[in-house]
Amino acid sequence: MGGIADIAAGRLSAEELSENFQDMYPALDERQAHIEASRCYFCYDAPCMEACPTGIDIPNFIRKIQTGNYRGSALDILTENIMGGACARVCPTEILCEEVCVRTTQENKPVTIGKLQRFSTDWLMETGEQPFERAPSSGRRVAVVGAGPAGLSAAHRLSMLGHEVVVFEAREKAGGLNEYGIAAYKVPNNFAQREVDFILSLGGISIEYGKALGRDISLKELNTEYDAVFFGGGLGTVRSLGLEGEGMDGVYNAVDYIAQLRQSETKTDLSIGRRVVVIGGGNTAIDMAVQAKRLGAEDVTLVYRRGPEDMSATHHEQEYAQTNGVTIKHHAKPVALRSSDGVVTGVEFEYTQTNTSGKLEGTGETFVVAANMVFKAIGQVFVTDPVTASALSLDIQEGRIAVDDNRQTSVPGIYAGGDCVLGGEDLTVAAVQDGKLAAHAIDQYLRG
Amino acid sequence: MADLSYDFVGIKTPNPFWLASAPPTDKEINVVRAFEAGWGGVVWKTLGEDPPVVNVSSRYGAINYNGQRMAGLNNIELITDRPLDVNLEEITRVKKNWSDRAIVVSLMVPCEEEPWMRILERVAETGADGVELNFGCPHGMSERGMGSAVGQVPEYVEMVAAWCKKHTDMSVIVKLTPNITDIRQSARAAVRGGADAVSLINTINSIVNIDLDVMAPTPTVDGKGAHGGYCGPAVKPIALNMVAEIARDPECNNIPISGIGGISDWRDAAEFMSLGCGTVQVCTAAMHHGFKIVDDMKTGLSNWMDSKGYKTIDDFRGLASQNVTDWNQLNINYETKALIDQDKCIKCGICHIACEDTSHQAITASRVNGERHYEVVDQECVGCNLCALACPVDDCITMVETDNGKPYMNWNQDPRNPHRSAAE
Repeated sequence: MGGIADIAAGRLSAEELSENFQDMYPALDERQAHIEASRCYFCYDAPCMEACPTGIDIPNFIRKIQTGNYRGSALDILTENIMGGACARVCPTEILCEEVCVRTTQENKPVTIGKLQRFSTDWLMETGEQPFERAPSSGRRVAVVGAGPAGLSAAHRLSMLGHEVVVFEAREKAGGLNEYGIAAYKVPNNFAQREVDFILSLGGISIEYGKALGRDISLKELNTEYDAVFFGGGLGTVRSLGLEGEGMDGVYNAVDYIAQLRQSETKTDLSIGRRVVVIGGGNTAIDMAVQAKRLGAEDVTLVYRRGPEDMSATHHEQEYAQTNGVTIKHHAKPVALRSSDGVVTGVEFEYTQTNTSGKLEGTGETFVVAANMVFKAIGQVFVTDPVTASALSLDIQEGRIAVDDNRQTSVPGIYAGGDCVLGGEDLTVAAVQDGKLAAHAIDQYLRG
Repeated sequence: MADLSYDFVGIKTPNPFWLASAPPTDKEINVVRAFEAGWGGVVWKTLGEDPPVVNVSSRYGAINYNGQRMAGLNNIELITDRPLDVNLEEITRVKKNWSDRAIVVSLMVPCEEEPWMRILERVAETGADGVELNFGCPHGMSERGMGSAVGQVPEYVEMVAAWCKKHTDMSVIVKLTPNITDIRQSARAAVRGGADAVSLINTINSIVNIDLDVMAPTPTVDGKGAHGGYCGPAVKPIALNMVAEIARDPECNNIPISGIGGISDWRDAAEFMSLGCGTVQVCTAAMHHGFKIVDDMKTGLSNWMDSKGYKTIDDFRGLASQNVTDWNQLNINYETKALIDQDKCIKCGICHIACEDTSHQAITASRVNGERHYEVVDQECVGCNLCALACPVDDCITMVETDNGKPYMNWNQDPRNPHRSAAE
């Protein structure tokens, strides 16, 4: 059993690391895009449109690729989803538009809508154009908390509608999970920041970095100083395993490690264990496991307490991890951390089964997976404190902010969207839709 | 196994697949490669009087369709630009070395008897099996009073055909231009002139594209373009109709036909033959894919003939032409209705929107238990086929005959026709 020495940076050469964190899928070139676009049937009442949380007119944007009307195509996308470029890269299309594509029904081979969306949005972003214009100034000011997908989407639409927007962001950069949370190979080449720049180029939006709600600003102040508020905060904390010794060396939160990885230019400075265990079944777990492998970990084991169909990571994501050399073990839950001299050496798991009443229970049978590093990725939790301060408190349900169909909270004039609201799907595309809907509702509210 | 050999107006060919008079048949090297690949015959690219013509640089333009290249091809190339002697010498040698193959020589000289007589004598010395009179090229040569300028005037067609029959023993095939309103007029003229056969269609006057950057047609020659001759898969329907018109015209007197126009595979060839063609000529498909395509043409036609029990080409030649009729002979009482196979339907809704927006509002769109559902309204369906044509799933929408118990009645007999023939 290796000790802490088995955690090291630079397991692979700088060239290998650079190669490993390149684009997950290459972009379609013009010829490939035309061939793929020609596979679209231009359906009436297209199922893909209905499956898109932002309601993009997919057949229409694809037809415009066929005809070489790339600007028109990109505008169809960006009008509904200003982060169409990011969503083209990170959307689980296999459970959204592409799952319901009639080509999936016909031949189990959907039109690759995500790749086509990337083709059009990349084309427009490369022109450097901001295709949208701002309406005449309303003289109103709106505060947006959080510069993630929900906040940026709301800010862009609010600015288009003529309002002044000030965004308060706790971190040093905007982009939210696109910048800090998603696997590097999904959004390489500084894409998240390029998209932020594209959004901000509309004008009318300023961002105040390093300003966290509840620490540097309060909801009460914002509500007083601005004509309306949109809260687009993310999930602030990670669920714990509830095991003894969780704070010991070698046990980490996957989200923290990924954030660090995302901010590393070369990845040569990232230490990774020879043997890695990731616990969890979502996209964060998959992203962590694959990136650990790509940093040079020898054995990466992802353990999930239920079966493959219960994982929130899609089948496609699971397969991607497996083809990247990650071992996925299902139906096992962690019961104890093994350690030596305060350093983790492995995790003991107990096999699980679902009993007749649908509840998960241990079988009593256990096994140990050796590990120099253990990553926890069993979900994140919304920290309600900043929005439930005594001065001004929003209604919370099931740990998240309760909103109506217009994304208005229990306090008139305060709206919320993204992962922090009840009913959210924890998807970038859903956050963008929340921001867009809230912006229109705020516009109504301000002009009402 | 089916016998693909054919005797076309005395020209014996091991199979009915000929290369049309065009760039692929301009030189010995090309023709020999074609024969090595298995083509039954060639029509040598059009010979003219010396001095030879001069061609321009940039000669072809094309229509691409949904990523498919060359659905239609257009050219502004003229007849052979090589000296007459060179061509004749090569023809002589190729015919000698490939005596089992058919060699027909395409000709185009000014519309006077003397030049035709002179060139026919020269061609006869090569041992070629026949001549094809190029009355069709719509570009360039027509400006000089040849090609389609002759083919568009039935009197000229008849006159030149007659000269040729008078001055040679070789078989005379008249190649017809489609750039006219009624193909039967020029075909009848060829019959009156004594031609042994007609071949059609030559290329169609066309501009395939405008280059929107230079604001000129393609192919573009130094910033300008001229109309050219259109061919390739896109012209096949036009050619089939013209062949059918001649095949069923009593005045054309069953004149043998060599079919041309977008033929790319054995099925295209079989369709032309079913309308009466004895041989078919190919150009664009060969220019796109090379000579090897003849292998599929031969084996495909042979396999299909075997599956149908046809032993020779004449066993099925012309069988479809008897079913080409005038509209006024169609059965007004015949009815079909679209039927959607719901198990095959992939819910694209194309049938609905095509019918709803542009036709008869005969396919409803609804949701059944949340699932998209498209259903034909029989009372509204006129049996037009649009939905079945637009549906991307094979055999999902079929047109089913309705047994309405009504007898055959054509428009001439229909009481709703104010001009119906009294005798009916």
